Amino acid sequence: MAATPGITDAEEAHVPNPVDRSTFTLYVNGTERTLTLDHRTTVLDALREHLGLTGAKKGCDHGQCGACTVLVDGRRANSCLLLAVAQEDAHITTVEGLAEGDRLHPLQRAFLERDALQCGYCTPGQICSAVGMLREAEDGFPSHATPRTALAGEGPAPLGADEIRERMSGNLCRCGAYPRIVDAIEDVAP
Amino acid sequence: MKPFAYLRPATVSEAVRAGAGHPGSRFLGGGTNLVDLMKLGVETPGLLIDVSRLPLDGMTRTDDGGLRIGATVRNSDLAAHPEVRNHWPALSQALLAGASGQLRNTATTGGNLLQRTRCPYFQDVSKPCNKRIPGSGCPAREGTHRDLAVLGHSQDCVATNPSDMAVALAALDATVQLHGPEGVRTVQVTDFHRLPADNPDQDTVIRPGELITEVVLPPPSAGAVSLYRKARDRASYAFALASVAAVLSVRDGRVDRISLAFGGLAHRPWRARVAEDLLRGASTTGDAFARAVDAELAAARPLRDNGFKVDLARRLAIGALVELTTRAAST
Repeated sequence: MAATPGITDAEEAHVPNPVDRSTFTLYVNGTERTLTLDHRTTVLDALREHLGLTGAKKGCDHGQCGACTVLVDGRRANSCLLLAVAQEDAHITTVEGLAEGDRLHPLQRAFLERDALQCGYCTPGQICSAVGMLREAEDGFPSHATPRTALAGEGPAPLGADEIRERMSGNLCRCGAYPRIVDAIEDVAP
Repeated sequence: MKPFAYLRPATVSEAVRAGAGHPGSRFLGGGTNLVDLMKLGVETPGLLIDVSRLPLDGMTRTDDGGLRIGATVRNSDLAAHPEVRNHWPALSQALLAGASGQLRNTATTGGNLLQRTRCPYFQDVSKPCNKRIPGSGCPAREGTHRDLAVLGHSQDCVATNPSDMAVALAALDATVQLHGPEGVRTVQVTDFHRLPADNPDQDTVIRPGELITEVVLPPPSAGAVSLYRKARDRASYAFALASVAAVLSVRDGRVDRISLAFGGLAHRPWRARVAEDLLRGASTTGDAFARAVDAELAAARPLRDNGFKVDLARRLAIGALVELTTRAAST
């Protein structure tokens, strides 16, 4: 943290300098990026306005639509609600970081093959969310659609269409491409 | 958004000291509600004290068989924790009934307890709101209040607490541990949130500078079964119109242990003490459940457009008790 340099007196150790910006590092799609940003900058704005990564989209900017979904240390999150400074040293993966060279991520391929979009604005968020969601299911995370008789420790949660719809409910699609989004994710789900 | 300074203390005492020294500061957990309210101009802290990396992310069984949950444990991790799923299923179900996968991955246990009402007037700084600006008025009483309170509201405020988690914690007799400038204290979750009365700007009994450090679940009662049920406008990702958390055990065909709490109806999770008193020792019939729930909800004072919530809550509670009775019999 370069935000509060020069603290010399132990008495003042908890008193921050009244600065409104900091210099810190994010690891974005595997690349170390050091930024000096106003504390008000969200991860979404850092990506789009400061790092030129416009894959993550600004829909509602209030955590309600999921268009800004990225992976933070492997877990999906709404980047519009994350202050960039608070994510110092985090590893962030955006839709731009999913492919390996020219080889698309299986979910990207499935969205293309299933034509799981119309305007495409929500698609990067849908795909990042689906990547995180499949990992959660693999780790045995339950959902509201998981049978209540299922106990912990029974392994990965099986993913039918109901489970996928519930687990993806944080990603809205105003074009209503939901049936094909579910199809695409089902193609990739184990 | 107003500019602000940012601090990431390494210890709880450092965080509490910083909070006490800066009246305009806010503790930052996951930020899913706070950052949103800052964007809306509802919250305007001059300093954010980031507590999300404090060493408060553990979950450990207590000596008596309860569970100690660190304040920074994420909602998704709490819901998925094997001990929670197997021994306090109502808590896991409540968490999974709330928000989205993305938000649950970010939101913390402490932050969930401190989230603010989603009353549209509270979130709109161009409107009066006694919770935001004491004395400015409450347009919700005559305005858009379909989703708002039917129990315990006041002339000054008809807001509801939006948390699902807190409703389960209230039914489970959980406690909240608070670290403040004057020391450490423990508060029952049922006493943590307050009714609006004439000072709705205070959601909880938390004092200036106090930080939630953990939530403690008492041991599950032997033979008891529990669940969380929620009614909302769509199948997923919506706040509760009404919800219920219930814990029940049955002995010799009669209610033994009973704990019932409503969500979505009041300024705090509504522990149904009247119904519980009537039910303890009562027969486990639908009629007995209905009488007890009706006695509890007799205190409801619905507004013009939200009377449907009373019937919704009634059906949820009776249905929950009937289901738990069936399950208790088979355990």
